[in-house]
Amino acid sequence: MAEFVQVVVDGVATGSIYGALALALVLIFRSTSVVNFAQGEMAMFSTFVAWGIHQAGVPLGLALLGAFAFSFAAGAIIERVVIRPFEGGEPLTLVIVTLGLFLLINSAAGWIWGFNNRSFPSAFPDSSVTIVGARLDVESLGIVAVLIVVVGLLYLLFQRTGIGLAMRAAALNPDASRLVGVRVGRMLMLGWGLAALLGALAGVLVAPQLFLDPNLMGGVLVYSFAAAALGGFDSAIGAVVGGWIIGVSENVAGTYVNFIGADLKILVPLGIIFVVLLVKPSGLFGSPEVARA
Amino acid sequence: MSERRVRIATLVAALAVAILLPFFFEPFRNNQFSLVLAYSVAVLGLNLLVGYNGQISLGHGFFFALGAYTSALLIAKESVPYLLTVPAAGVVAFAAGFVFGVPALRLRGLYLALVTLSLAVVAPQLIKRWGSLTEGTQGLTVNQPTAPGGIGLANDQYIYLLTLAIAAVMFLLAWNLVRGQTGRSIMAIRDNEISAKAMGINIARVKTRVFAVSAGYAGVAGALYVFTVGFVAPESFTVTLSLGLLAAIVVGGLGSVTGAVFGALFIEFVPVWAGDVNQALTGFVYGAVLIAFMFVLPGGMASLGKRIKRIRKRPAKQDTRPERTERTTAREGLT
Amino acid sequence: MRGKIITLAVVALALVAAGCGRSSSDSGSGSSSPGITSKQVTLGGSYPFSGPASAYRTIAEGAKAYFDQVNAKGGVNGRKIKFVTLDDAYEPPRAVQNARKLIQQDKVFALFNTLGTANNVAIMKSVNQQKVPQLFVATGGSIFGSNVKQFPYTTGWQPDYVTEAKVYVDYLKKQKPNAKVAVLYQNDAFGKDLLAGFQNAAKGSNIKVIAKQSYEATDPTISSQMAKLKSSGADTFLDITTPKFSAQAIVAVAKLGWHPLHILNNVGASKALVLKPAGLKNAQGIVSTTYYKDPEDPKWANDAAMKDYKSGLKKSSPKADPNDPFHVYGWGAAETMTDALKRMKKPTRASLMEAVRSTNEKVAILLPGIDVKLDGTSDGFPIEAMQIQKFQGQSWKLQGQVVQAPH
Repeated sequence: MAEFVQVVVDGVATGSIYGALALALVLIFRSTSVVNFAQGEMAMFSTFVAWGIHQAGVPLGLALLGAFAFSFAAGAIIERVVIRPFEGGEPLTLVIVTLGLFLLINSAAGWIWGFNNRSFPSAFPDSSVTIVGARLDVESLGIVAVLIVVVGLLYLLFQRTGIGLAMRAAALNPDASRLVGVRVGRMLMLGWGLAALLGALAGVLVAPQLFLDPNLMGGVLVYSFAAAALGGFDSAIGAVVGGWIIGVSENVAGTYVNFIGADLKILVPLGIIFVVLLVKPSGLFGSPEVARA
Repeated sequence: MSERRVRIATLVAALAVAILLPFFFEPFRNNQFSLVLAYSVAVLGLNLLVGYNGQISLGHGFFFALGAYTSALLIAKESVPYLLTVPAAGVVAFAAGFVFGVPALRLRGLYLALVTLSLAVVAPQLIKRWGSLTEGTQGLTVNQPTAPGGIGLANDQYIYLLTLAIAAVMFLLAWNLVRGQTGRSIMAIRDNEISAKAMGINIARVKTRVFAVSAGYAGVAGALYVFTVGFVAPESFTVTLSLGLLAAIVVGGLGSVTGAVFGALFIEFVPVWAGDVNQALTGFVYGAVLIAFMFVLPGGMASLGKRIKRIRKRPAKQDTRPERTERTTAREGLT
Repeated sequence: MRGKIITLAVVALALVAAGCGRSSSDSGSGSSSPGITSKQVTLGGSYPFSGPASAYRTIAEGAKAYFDQVNAKGGVNGRKIKFVTLDDAYEPPRAVQNARKLIQQDKVFALFNTLGTANNVAIMKSVNQQKVPQLFVATGGSIFGSNVKQFPYTTGWQPDYVTEAKVYVDYLKKQKPNAKVAVLYQNDAFGKDLLAGFQNAAKGSNIKVIAKQSYEATDPTISSQMAKLKSSGADTFLDITTPKFSAQAIVAVAKLGWHPLHILNNVGASKALVLKPAGLKNAQGIVSTTYYKDPEDPKWANDAAMKDYKSGLKKSSPKADPNDPFHVYGWGAAETMTDALKRMKKPTRASLMEAVRSTNEKVAILLPGIDVKLDGTSDGFPIEAMQIQKFQGQSWKLQGQVVQAPH
């Protein structure tokens, strides 16, 4: 029993890594209807910025704030300069543009900081607690807590504030929003800025465990996409829960189902996603798509 | 000249250029051109699915790999004549595409994209898992086709022309497909699924078949790839390949048969060129070129002609914003 | 419709611009081979300058630094070495094309130090058919030394993974003859080669592999694998990983409160790239192997070869980190290459291969007692010795003697 609990707990810890970046993907999708392949690389770059500021002697807390501010501004600028010209065009063109951003940012980070591993300080104490015989790092608990808080904040933002409503409207139907006085351009910039900020948060949360290098998020991105899809691409809570389901299911299957093994354990969450989407085509928590004739 | 005659003349000229090409270039360039042709077949197949039918796949590298391994294993282990492995690769990938296309029917836009992406992700792991068959991590070296004696062709020229012939057949088939009644059904589904249904089109049947045909194209492309590269390994078929194919259809032009060739040229030559510009910033240059290209021609290479015409018509008032394409369905699929 | 013609014309023009006509070139007939004159010899290599394995690009930098130094001193037998490198993003099809381009367009005399097992296997057959040397490849795959008769133009350089595995088994037999071993390995040619080498060498002994876990180079984390390895109850942990995962594994062992004898493979044993990021306190007592001098070991601070390397690297790439062991690696491989060029009797590829196949050299940056030796078709592995090192305090400490582990 204790072993099973441990396997589940480890899965949640890993799943939180996927969920963190998935939140940023969901946010950008909700507020701009864009699937951003460069989200992970933006997060990596922000993490390097935090690292650089901290390296220059600034305390970690301030360095993180600095990196968040940088990310927000950079995200908004990227939207205005790179993404805006493609608004309202073919969505696949935009997907390819974000792929281009992916390559560009990854290469720039490698050029500036090199490709070697760096340690990134954790904001949480380096200790562990024992629950029902299972050992759990305080760091992982901290990440879970942060994710839950972020989900709450996003809920408040989108459901309880005028600006959140305006962001959703701008993403859903830019033309109609303009007619009712929503400043669509501003909302899109705000969406990208916030998503970049969330990405930076994801980056600094996972970097202490994964080690910081330009490929920090390369492997995470696919899992985060899966988490977002499983949860429903427009649901914040779905992104986090999706991440957990993926983390736990691959860990349980990799441990208890022998023929699956570590190399194919990714098939299990993918299988789950497939089945879930067949039953519920817009994810566990996603809002159903309306087809128009 | 009538449009039709211009079109035929263009086609003949293009074919003539393509046939003469290998006699002017170094062997390694011809190998690159052969690879471009192989990719262009996969890009064309993907375009049938994405550009013409509105279904998105981020996983065509999987079918490409399936075709490549089918061909490589048949050549290396069963000594099957290499030409016969092309249809075999196509059939195997077609069947896999069909099996996969049935559940894919339920999924739309983003969700379909994600599920197909997972195919691309697991492809290398599956190749490694079945190592006793595929030679696993070590990779499998395959004898490349050699030019028959007495026809005066070097191997690289022979492989190129062989690839060209097969690619030409695949392009003709695609042209035929999209121009006929089937093509109209395929596009009607893309433009509006509900009205297509109302017109009596069997959506499920058309969609799964397009998926299968599209996968079959990727399989054939995989076989052609083996002819040119002569080696398959798990590392050859990563997510990068699938994303590259997607980039190629957008760069070439969604819903354009000829655009496939340009898209393939782009993904083959631009990364290499980017490395020549600055080795330390290869990805930076490639990414920047990709974005710049989309900025100039958001409709892909196929929209160049249209654009030139428009600029010529109204040289004074030029719209700097990229054009808005007529189709909006794919967007609806994504949101 | 005119648009289409214009499109086509643009494409055609681009094609013509890409190359400039087919010239009938004869390759390698007569008294000298392509890529070599009395003034210059051209070498070429394909490396991952972009993509997931970009961290290894510094190998090319190290090699280039050595060649620069040779050139500054007047070259080899009057010939300056020109080293052309191309990016393959760690993808085999690109490596294949790079090899073709290097041979046909850049007219290299020999391919040198191309990186990656799959990428080298991909070009091995074809370059051997063309009789182009494929020398001192940057991978420890045993396939590059075990088949000299079939692939006479191909050699490795570093101790291959099977040699390395033997050295670990040798160490365990002495220190922990009843070791119960848990293995973490990268699921590719590198990881499987080392694991198989270890299991073969351990046959007939009391050393037992009781748990194995693999990971993909694209995985974000190995934490679940580590938890399983710990729960196996093993007392020895064989860690076959690349730097990023080596660092993760070291941290995981510490966090799990696991106290095995930690054997970390050479690829991941850099203090600068792995141990420091993972925390030196977590690295105490880790056992590994090495064959070249560690730039961070104070023991070599006044060593002539080390000083030479550090000043040479600084001159060639001022921004480069001399503590990055991949620089040392490239430097050492380039020295071996230069030695072969020096001993070559005639400016032909065949003569170069004769020189390579009779290599018996002391490379200054390698540990004393480790020679680079090749012997015709009977011995295809240049370096077959390593020394155990243990991390204590602030640096690796060499243990015992150099272990010779010939095939």
